[in-house]
Amino acid sequence: MFVKWLKESFNALFDSISDGLLWSLLRLEDFLFWLPWWLIIAVVFILGWRLRGALSGLTFAFLLFLIGTFGYWDLFIFTIAIVLTSVIISIVLGVPLGILMAYSSRLETVMKPILDAMQTMPSFVYLIPAMMLFGMGKVPAVFATIIYAIPPVIRLTNLAIREVSREMVEAAQSFGSSSWQILRKIQLPQALPTIMTGVNQTTMMALAMVVIASMVGAKGLGMEVLIAINRIDIAQGFEAGISIVFLAIIIDRLTQGIADLSRTKKR
Amino acid sequence: MSTKVKVEHVTKIFGRHPRSVLDKVREGVSKEEILAETGHTVGVYDANFEVEEGEIFVIMGLSGSGKSTLIRCLNLLNRPTEGAILIDGENIVDYNKEQLRELRQNKIAMVFQHFGIITHRSVLGNVEYGLEIKGVPREERQEIARKYIETVGLAGYEDQMPDQLSGGMKQRVGLARALANNPDILLMDEPFSALDPLIRREMHTELLEIQSQLKKTIIFITHDINEAFKIGDRVAVMKDGHIQQIGTPEEILESPANDYIEEFIQDIDRSRVLQAKNVMIKPNILVSLKDGLKLAVKEMERGGISSVFVVDQDRKLQGIVTIDDAIRARQENRTLRDILRKDFETTDPETYLNDLIPKATESTFPIAVVNENNKLIGIVKRVSVLSGLF
Repeated sequence: MFVKWLKESFNALFDSISDGLLWSLLRLEDFLFWLPWWLIIAVVFILGWRLRGALSGLTFAFLLFLIGTFGYWDLFIFTIAIVLTSVIISIVLGVPLGILMAYSSRLETVMKPILDAMQTMPSFVYLIPAMMLFGMGKVPAVFATIIYAIPPVIRLTNLAIREVSREMVEAAQSFGSSSWQILRKIQLPQALPTIMTGVNQTTMMALAMVVIASMVGAKGLGMEVLIAINRIDIAQGFEAGISIVFLAIIIDRLTQGIADLSRTKKR
Repeated sequence: MSTKVKVEHVTKIFGRHPRSVLDKVREGVSKEEILAETGHTVGVYDANFEVEEGEIFVIMGLSGSGKSTLIRCLNLLNRPTEGAILIDGENIVDYNKEQLRELRQNKIAMVFQHFGIITHRSVLGNVEYGLEIKGVPREERQEIARKYIETVGLAGYEDQMPDQLSGGMKQRVGLARALANNPDILLMDEPFSALDPLIRREMHTELLEIQSQLKKTIIFITHDINEAFKIGDRVAVMKDGHIQQIGTPEEILESPANDYIEEFIQDIDRSRVLQAKNVMIKPNILVSLKDGLKLAVKEMERGGISSVFVVDQDRKLQGIVTIDDAIRARQENRTLRDILRKDFETTDPETYLNDLIPKATESTFPIAVVNENNKLIGIVKRVSVLSGLF
């Protein structure tokens, strides 16, 4: 009932959100399709090499190459586009929300149960209304993925800002810094490694959501798993499944590498 | 000299409704009772003092005495519950946000107990922080920062990250960062407590040296009475949020206001606090060069002493004569000038007794206290240096 009311009252709003989301998602897809496959593998190799060492770089490149040999390159691009879009939106919304929570204990008290609910609620429960509001396809998939994946980045941003040494913040205050200057010059740089850990977790959860999101018609590796389940095709299911695992490994190691990098920088 | 900082009836109470317990505090209910009854903590009660420009004012007290609470009121990191804080005659408690930021950017800087170093910035990045906040252009602020890094003896460490530095070096960074802002007032909240004793002594010397050049108004917090007396021009002793006594180290040593302070100063090494001028006696027996031998012998006999200092008509110290030499010289018809001895020790009035100990052990004569014109202004008996009886 409530969803129906929402749909009727804010149709225009949901439509514009939907259009905007779809537009950026499609542009990202276009861009990724435009890149030649070997360039993407090369970029992954270089990132892996820089962040974790030459052997890791080679391994990541090889895993990605394997996904291609399975014939899943296009699906891989669809999946990665949904994951990237969800993660970027999660960061854009989640980091400021986390900062606000760190500043206001009242907001923290309100937000904590909401975040708990978002993480523990079976995802089908909000997949259905998402579908009703945004229709079938990629947009409700992104929407559901964000709901599922955004809590870690919010939580860890909140935690990270709160954990910045009090004396350091006071020192900054004692020099007449404004709140904005303290946030930008002290708290955010100090919090960055922990925030990056949050981004890492958010990315992993977004990836985990991909299979479920395919149920509302989002094309990608998850859809392939779903089809395999329906056909009881073990080989196909395994290929698609292992591709998701490979993708998870690559994304996890790379984002963790970025988190570690910001940690050594901060010291 | 003019008054730089004036603290009037400052009270700071922590808790949900600080003002609600003000009356209780005024009635003299103790800190513990107020905490038990209302859950409020009395940090500081009715603090009053003035700090002169260029002075080092030390607030001393044990932990929980409210000294840190009080110093943090001075740049409003703590907002006083009641009272006024006048800096250059302006009550900063009434300042709005903008005025407060301006005050903190330009007039007052703080050095923290645990250094408050920004760990993701290099030494240079830390020292230039205050100037960066003020909007000083990069080139200019780095030049100033480098200058102060050199002042605190860290030249060559500009690009090091803080975790590569020892505690003493970190606090030098803290000091340089505060100085770089060129504040009139320096607040130092137990800056050397976290350092080991050797480094601490080194930092004391350096602070005093820097102060002799820069002449800041320094308010310094410590729990160590030796430290307080060593660097403080004046010292305030705090207990349970109340200031117990304010005075120069000598005044507090000579007339402690109450038993608590008396107990405190028992621990103190007086030879490091008292200077020659505090213990010297007026040389009431003196011989002038023109007086001649006869008078010299007579004076020594009258005073029951075995040697006497000889001065000229301007009271400039010429030497010392012993009674043995004087009697022999009279028989041999020699003059006072012939038997003047120079093998005695002299000191200036500002020397600490601790530093006089070697002189006292080496010499057989009292130590002469002379001013910069070599005028004799007093003598310090060896026994008073060596026995510590003063």
